[in-house]
This record gives sequence, C-alpha cells and structure tokens, in this order.
Amino acid sequence: MLLIHCPYCDATLPEAEFAYAGEAHISRPADPSALSDEEWRDYLFIRTNARGPHFERWRHIHGCGRFFNAVRDTVSDRFLMTYKAGEARPDLTVKEAAE
Amino acid sequence: MSRYRIPGMGRVDPAAPVSFTFDGRSYQGLRGDTVASALLANGVHLMGRSFKYHRPRGVVTAGSEEPNALIGTSRGPGRFEPNTRATVQELRAGLTTESQNKWPSLKFDIGAVNDRAYMLFSAGFYYKTFMWPRSFWDKVYEPFIRAAAGLGKSPAEVDPDSYAHRNLHTDVLVVGGGAAGISAALTAAKSGARVVLVDENPEMGGSLLSDPSVRIDGRGSWAWLAEQLSQLRAAGVRLMTRTTAIGYYHQNFVGLVERVTDHLDQPPHGAPRERMWHVRAEQVVLAQGALEKPLVFDGNDRPGVMLAGAAQTYLNRYGVKVGDNAAVVTSHDSAWYAAFDLVDAGARVAAIADTRDSVRPDLVEAARKRGILVLTGHTATATEGRLRVKSVRVNPVRNGQVGAGRKIPCDALLICGGWTPSLHLFSHTKGSLTWDADSRTFLPDHKTEACQIAGAGRGLWGYGFVLEDGVKAGIAAAQALGRSADASDARVEGDRPGTGISQKELPTDRSPGKAKAFVDYQNDVTAKDIRLAVREGMRSIEHVKRYTTNGMATDQGKMSNINGLMIAADALGKEPPQVGLTTFRPPYTPTSFGAFAGYHKGATFEITRKTPIDPWAEAQGAVFEPVSLWRRAWYFPKAGEDMHAAVARECRATRASVGMFDASTLGKIEVAGPDAVEFMNRMYTNPWTKLQPGRCRYGLLLGEDGFIRDDGVIGRMSPDLFHVTTTTGGAARVLNMMEDYLQTEWPDLDVWLTSTTEQWATVAVNGPNARKVLEKLVEGLDLSDTNFPHMSVAECTVAGLPARLFRISFTGELGFEVNVPARHGLQLWKAIHEAGQQYDICPYGTETMHVLRAEKGYIIVGQDTDGTVTPQDAGLDWAIGKAKKDFVGKRSLSRPDIVAPNRKQLVGLLTEDGRKLEEGAQIVLDPSQSLPMTMAGHVTSSYDSVALGRPIAMAVVTGGLSRMGETVHIPMPDGTIRATITSTNFYDPAGERLKA
Repeated sequence: MLLIHCPYCDATLPEAEFAYAGEAHISRPADPSALSDEEWRDYLFIRTNARGPHFERWRHIHGCGRFFNAVRDTVSDRFLMTYKAGEARPDLTVKEAAE
Repeated sequence: MSRYRIPGMGRVDPAAPVSFTFDGRSYQGLRGDTVASALLANGVHLMGRSFKYHRPRGVVTAGSEEPNALIGTSRGPGRFEPNTRATVQELRAGLTTESQNKWPSLKFDIGAVNDRAYMLFSAGFYYKTFMWPRSFWDKVYEPFIRAAAGLGKSPAEVDPDSYAHRNLHTDVLVVGGGAAGISAALTAAKSGARVVLVDENPEMGGSLLSDPSVRIDGRGSWAWLAEQLSQLRAAGVRLMTRTTAIGYYHQNFVGLVERVTDHLDQPPHGAPRERMWHVRAEQVVLAQGALEKPLVFDGNDRPGVMLAGAAQTYLNRYGVKVGDNAAVVTSHDSAWYAAFDLVDAGARVAAIADTRDSVRPDLVEAARKRGILVLTGHTATATEGRLRVKSVRVNPVRNGQVGAGRKIPCDALLICGGWTPSLHLFSHTKGSLTWDADSRTFLPDHKTEACQIAGAGRGLWGYGFVLEDGVKAGIAAAQALGRSADASDARVEGDRPGTGISQKELPTDRSPGKAKAFVDYQNDVTAKDIRLAVREGMRSIEHVKRYTTNGMATDQGKMSNINGLMIAADALGKEPPQVGLTTFRPPYTPTSFGAFAGYHKGATFEITRKTPIDPWAEAQGAVFEPVSLWRRAWYFPKAGEDMHAAVARECRATRASVGMFDASTLGKIEVAGPDAVEFMNRMYTNPWTKLQPGRCRYGLLLGEDGFIRDDGVIGRMSPDLFHVTTTTGGAARVLNMMEDYLQTEWPDLDVWLTSTTEQWATVAVNGPNARKVLEKLVEGLDLSDTNFPHMSVAECTVAGLPARLFRISFTGELGFEVNVPARHGLQLWKAIHEAGQQYDICPYGTETMHVLRAEKGYIIVGQDTDGTVTPQDAGLDWAIGKAKKDFVGKRSLSRPDIVAPNRKQLVGLLTEDGRKLEEGAQIVLDPSQSLPMTMAGHVTSSYDSVALGRPIAMAVVTGGLSRMGETVHIPMPDGTIRATITSTNFYDPAGERLKA
C-alpha cells in the first residue's frame, strides 16, 4: 500500500483513495482529423513503458476527485513527486541537482 | 508426570494438565505446551509421513519453520485445519489432532513403497516419468498425480470463524521479541517514541526462553526478561504476542497476523479467530534472529533426528528431554551448549561429533567434564531406526579422506549445520544481500526502507553483542525520528558466544548415489537431486529450485535454501554468491485465507446496492440477480411458475396491456453549465446543438479508440442542463471518463458534472395502456402523442410527487420513464401499481426487460458489445453526428483496421429447427471444414420470444451485415445447428407501436 501525496488536498494518503490513469503529458491533439493514421496510432497506443522515472496520471477518486500528475520510479515503485494537472513536465535533472 | 518431562524445568505449568488426542489416542500435556512438546513429553517422535516418499518423520524444529510435523487440527464441525505446525499449535483442552500423508496408519503406510522406488522419483520426475504414452495422461497419470499431490486434507465445510482487520500507526515497529528486539524497543520507547513490539510466539523472549543459565545484569535471564517486559509496559510499548509479521511492503507498511483464539479452551463468543493488522511505521526494526540449519547426510530425517537448538528449547522452555541418550553432530558451537544443558538436566549425551577439525578448547573441556565423547574432524554417514533413530554412524575425515565408521547408539540425534540470519522480511523490501565469506552466510546489505536490523538477524552471536546491537538500533530509530535516545549497556555472564561454518552435504565413505541425505524435508529433496539437476543443465539457482522443488514447500526453504545453495554451488564449481539466492516472498509463514479475507465474506463480501423499490419486490417474492453491485429483481414468479413461465407471462402482459419495471439502477449524470452542450458534442457521437429543451435522444459514447463504451438516453432539461443516463454497470466509468476530459483536456469549458444515480428512483411503464395508467397520476402535463411525442422529457407532478417524465422505450412499446426523488420511489411505484390494476399492470424484472429489448434489437453494452465493437459493427451509424468535426473516438472510425471489410458485425439469428441457441456459442460458416474450424463469430444474446412464438438470437458474425439471409452453423456437443442471418429488429420493424 503506497502513500501518495495529492497536490490539491496537500495531504499524503493511502493508495486505496487513488486510481491510476495512465501515462502523463500525452495531450489529445487539437485536430485529430489532421493526423495521419500513424500519428493517431501513436497517440492512442504508443507509451514509453519506462524503466525508472515514469510520468503518470493519478486521480484522487475517493477524495477531491482531481486528476494530477506524478513521477514514480517503476523499479523501486517510489513516488519522486506529484504535481497538478496542467503544470509543465518537471526536469528531473534539475530536481536531482537541487537535492 | 509424562515419562520425558523433567520436574522443575520449563515454563509450562505443572499444575495445569491439558488433555488432547493425536490419531485417536489421548495424551496429556501441560498448559504452555505446544502439540509437539506435549507429544515429545510422552515419548512420541513419529508425527507424520513425508510428502513424496512417505518416510516416517518426527519434529525437527521447535518453531514456525517446522517442515515435518504438520498435523490436522480440529475443534468441532467446520473447524478443521490441515497443515498446522505441531510446533506452533498451543495445547488447549479438547484439541483433536491427526497425522497426515499416511494410509492406512502412521506406523504402517502403503505409500512408503515410493521410498523403495526412489529411483523413479528423482529430480524432475514429473517431466520424465509421465511422458508417454500420451493416451495415459487423462486416465492414469493425471488422476495419480492429483491424488498424490497436496499436503493434508482440505476442510470440506465453510469456515464458521470470523477474522478481523485493523489499522495501526506507530513511530517504531520492532519485529522479534528476543534480546535484540527488547533492547531496541526499550531504547526507542525511552526517547518518547510510540513503539510496537511483535513476536510470533506466545511469549516474548526469543532465545532467552531457551537459555535460562545466562545471567544479565546480575540476574538470571528469565528474571531479567520479566523485568524488561514490565519496563516496556511502563514505557507504553504495545506488546503483541502470537503475532507474525507476514510481509514487509512499501513505505514501511507491514502486515501482521495475530492469532487470537486458537490457543483458548473456550474462545469468547464473537471473538475473531485471527486479526490482520495493517501497520504503517515511521521506523521498522527487524530483530528476527536466525534460523538453525540441519546437516545433510544419509538418514538425517529419521524421527528423533532434530536440530540441536530445538532440543535445547524443548528442554528449557517446556521441560522435555527429547531422549535419554542423545548424540550430537554439528558444525557450530551452539550445539555444544545444547548438549551441556541436556547432561545438566540428567540425560546422557553419548558423543559430540563436530565436522570442524578444531573447536574452542573451553567447549571441549566442558564436554569432557560432562563425560561426553568428543570427536572433532568427523562426518556422519548413516543412521538406523525405522520409526525412531537407534544409532548414528560417524567417521573421521583426515585430509579429505573418510576413515572407518563407528556406530554410536542413541535415541535422539541432535544436528546443527550453523545458523542463517532470518532475511525474509528484509528481502520483501528488495534489500540487497552480501555474502560473508567467514561465516559463509548471506547478510543484509543495502536497505530500501527506513529500517534498522539488529542482532542475530545480521549475523551477530552471543547475548552481549546482541543486546548492544539492539540498543544501537533503538538509538538509530529514535534519531531518525528526530529524538535523542540514551545508550545503555548490559552486563552478561555465562554468555554463549559461538561461531560455525556452513557446508555442502557431509562427506561419506559410501556411494553418494544411494544416500538419502535430505536438504528439503517437506518436499523430500535430497543432495543427490540437486546435483542431478545441475548435471541435467540447470545453471541458475532459480532453475535448480523449480526442477527439484527445493525450498518450494510451505516453509519456503527456511532450513533448506542455504544448504541447497552450497550443494548447487559445489556442483557448478562456483562460489555461492555467484550462484545467488532465490527470493523470499510474503507471507513469512503460511497464513489462513480467512485472515486475508477478513470481513470480506458472505453478506459483507461486497456492498449490495438496493433501490428504494427493492423491499416491495422482496415482499412479492421476486427472484433477484446481481448487476454490478446492485441486486435487481430478475422476475416475479407467481405460485407454481418457473422462470420460463414467469418471464413469458411478464412479456405477454407488457406487450398486450402494460408492464412496470424498476429502472432506478440506471446511471444518471447531470451535465450542467454554459458549455454543457459543447461538452456533450465533444463526448458523445451524436449532435446535441439542435436538440431542444424538452426533447431527448439516444446517446452513444465511444473510447478514443472508436469502440463503444456506453449508451443511454439523454434529455435536455434546459439550454444548459442535460439529464444523462448510462448503463447500470457503466455509471462510475462514464463519470470518470467525463471528469478526465473535462479536467485535463478541456479545463476551459464551464461545465459541472454531478452523479445523480442514487438521487432519482426510476419506474418504467411500457405497453399499449401505459399512457392510460399514467394519465390518472400526472398533473401539469398533457400526455397526448401530439403534445408529448416519443423522445420527449418534461418536469411535472406524478402521484403528487415532483417528477422528470421521459417518453422513451426500451421495449418497442409506448413507454414512459418516471423519475422522482429517491425517497419517494416506493410511493411512486405503489401509486402506479394501484393505478394500473384496471389494466392488469404487470411488474416485470430484468429478464423480461432483456427479452423485450432483444425483440427490438436494442443492444446491451457489455453483452452484445465487448470492447471491440464500433458503431458501424453494431449497426448504429445513424447515431453518429456526421457533420461534427470532432468527438471522442471520431478519428478512430477511419482507422484502417476499423474500415477493413469482414469485421464482426451485429446481426440477428433465427435457427432453422427452432432450437434456442446458447449465449457464447461459436459460429462457423462451413460446418464440414477440418478441425480446428475457423470461428466466424459468436452468439451474444438468445431468448425465447413470446411475441414471435420462437427463439431469437443476436450474434456478431464476420461481415454479418452483408450476409443477410445466409445460413451459418453453430456446432454444439449434440450436433450442429443451422441458423439464418436476419436483421436484429425482430418485432414491429416499422416502429408503429412506439408512436401509439
């Protein structure tokens, strides 16, 4: 049972309150009809499947209901950080340097 | 007093005898005994038969790692448990126990023929022995393997006990209540931290309970222990005994299982049998100690052969000597102390054979003083005795040469192959291990969690070192919490320091190929099996483990993993760390399913959602079915009716006059706000801009991949308010999907989403007389077809209740759905039922609803679709707003795979011979093709239709929409059925009845 920090509630709470929602920073194209079949396929199905830090979305479904973003290390299953939806993808090298 | 009980010794209560039975015979033990110690006190060593060879086996350990003494225990009907470890089960009055893996009796067992035929059962015998002939698989091999497989008998009745779950938050969790754990807990507690100390035994103390001669701070170890425990209590430490830490998970989350009642003569009424604790700790201290390993030599498994430390525990903790005349074979100093304790208690120890050439002089001196024959540099090569060991054969080893053997008579053989730090919980956290070449053991290395490791669990030996280490761990834990803790030291007299070595199977002067030198007692794996696995090409320890099953029994290799590794490494010519260790996984010890399930059983397995009308249906004798978490009325049988008759009557009544149906479970979502119509346009396939307030429309929801996700009728209540309905099971998913798009893709839209599923109760009224029934109840609305045509919605008053009234139909008949606030649902239902009596209104259930909708070809998402069905596949092109530039899933509808020909498409099927098809039955185009046939689709819905006087079915068939009128074939066990492809709109295709 992981503990997850909800950036909206600003509280660290048990995993059971949250639902996973797939990879983060994949925006729906503004005009899907302008995309080639290959581009649309990539949007639909192609994911990074990262070994290590993974940018992903979670929803505090049994709490505030908000979707937010997280960086989780898929090897250690450790959350490196969480941040609000819409915020820019954090630069992990900057974060590491600061620590 | 039992024959082997020593008065004045042990922590059992001599004034409190407890009776129990083993294999039908009565025995007496004492309060404080385990089943194992009580049987040993009565001279019973034979406690079971081994799994594969059915060899007679006795107890090997005195703890939870016991591989052999697995027994069935019972305390009445439904309370039978197989594979209880006799070394853990405390004696309670009236306890009934039995041995396992024997027939006809423990002392004479037919299956022991396997022992003579052991050549057939070598490593990997499953893969070799049962290869051919192939025809033997079903009738001979598989039944044989199934009958022989498994330990013990499964209980046949439902477990009547209850199991609890609790959460616990603490600053420090200390696992293991031995010397290290106690000193760590006390040190941390004195810093002001909240501390929990758990131990799997009935009392705290760990090895101190087996070492009463050691003196700490000027007191005997037991007096010191009692004093420490009272200090712990005074410091507010929560002491939890009979509590096993079964798993160590992320972020210091530890699962504990507390055995609450199994040791009680009369469990208090309502008490849970076990309680699972979910613990979240800031700091964890692992003080689990070490596990003793056996030595591996021919005949090391006879009853009476046991670990030296176990014999010491039986003597000091239970006052039981395991024999009158023992012998010892060891490679570690600890067994010498066990021998000394036995002699000091009045037993005889014939000899100590140590595999090491040189042993500490003080030990040799102490042994000689007690009249024990000392044999250093010796190996053990055989034992004798069928149901109890009679002798051991030991030989000197000089320069690698095994000399002549000598037989030493004994009635108990104490063995010790060194100690393995208990790394299980540490391994659960993926902590890394390091190989200590001196002690030839693995020790904990890099930690991944906020934990400390103390005592024998990290390879320390002797109470002085261990107590000091516990204090250090306590200080470290306190400091990590930002607290300061004081160091303290304990003065230990008569300490029992020790070292030893780990080794492969012992050298022998006989043919190693014939030796039955057991590594894993429970799975009957011998040293020879491991060497054979290496010879046959297994290189990784993981492969050796799976091929031989070494370490795969319920004890998870607590005693066998390191010995197995030593032998495999030797066979491979590598150092053990190069071969590696298999991974320990939770749970630490076998854990009952009940403890995991907790409250999630029976009526509390899941919540049952009920509509406001449910009590009426129950009173009418409705039969219910579960639909997601809801229970819904399935049909309403009258006296003497079966399901078929009841559903036929309900269908007939609805089409002939009027029926009523509780549709409250439909998902409902309010989409509100200035941008509501834009949001609806983007989410659903249909166009919404021109839908006028007061009108409703069938809405189709796709995933971005173009496949159907949900559907439902959506009413526009006002320009900026939509009343969306979803399928019963899809409500939460649809709301989640809407929230996802609204929050993350289109946060600029000014829209609010609210689940209103449980705010509305919904009653559907369908049939030619539906309007006549409702007209009596409706105020403020003209229900005529002109004023309120099909697909209308309005707010009005029904039976005096505020209502949203829809004119829609899921039956093909004139239909209405009345929504009222849920608290009025039952009142509305009764009012409609009363008003409908004049027209013989018929309450119907979900089965009739299914039949009526299938007669019209209305799909059920999730039954007629399966996540790979597009609107075109389902014949729902008409629901797509072709002029819309975009909606969720639109782009995918032109993907190459979606527009490809021969997709499976939804069609109707009518069988030629009038038989009803089975839902899920596979469809083929050519019944005479060779096997395996090419499947062309499957039946999704199938019912007897009263309206059509014949069965009907819906199916997905390759290219089905262009096969109208063609014949397909449905092969069934009793012959192939022919069916014709038709439209799914079986009844009233022109839809005249809707417009009535």
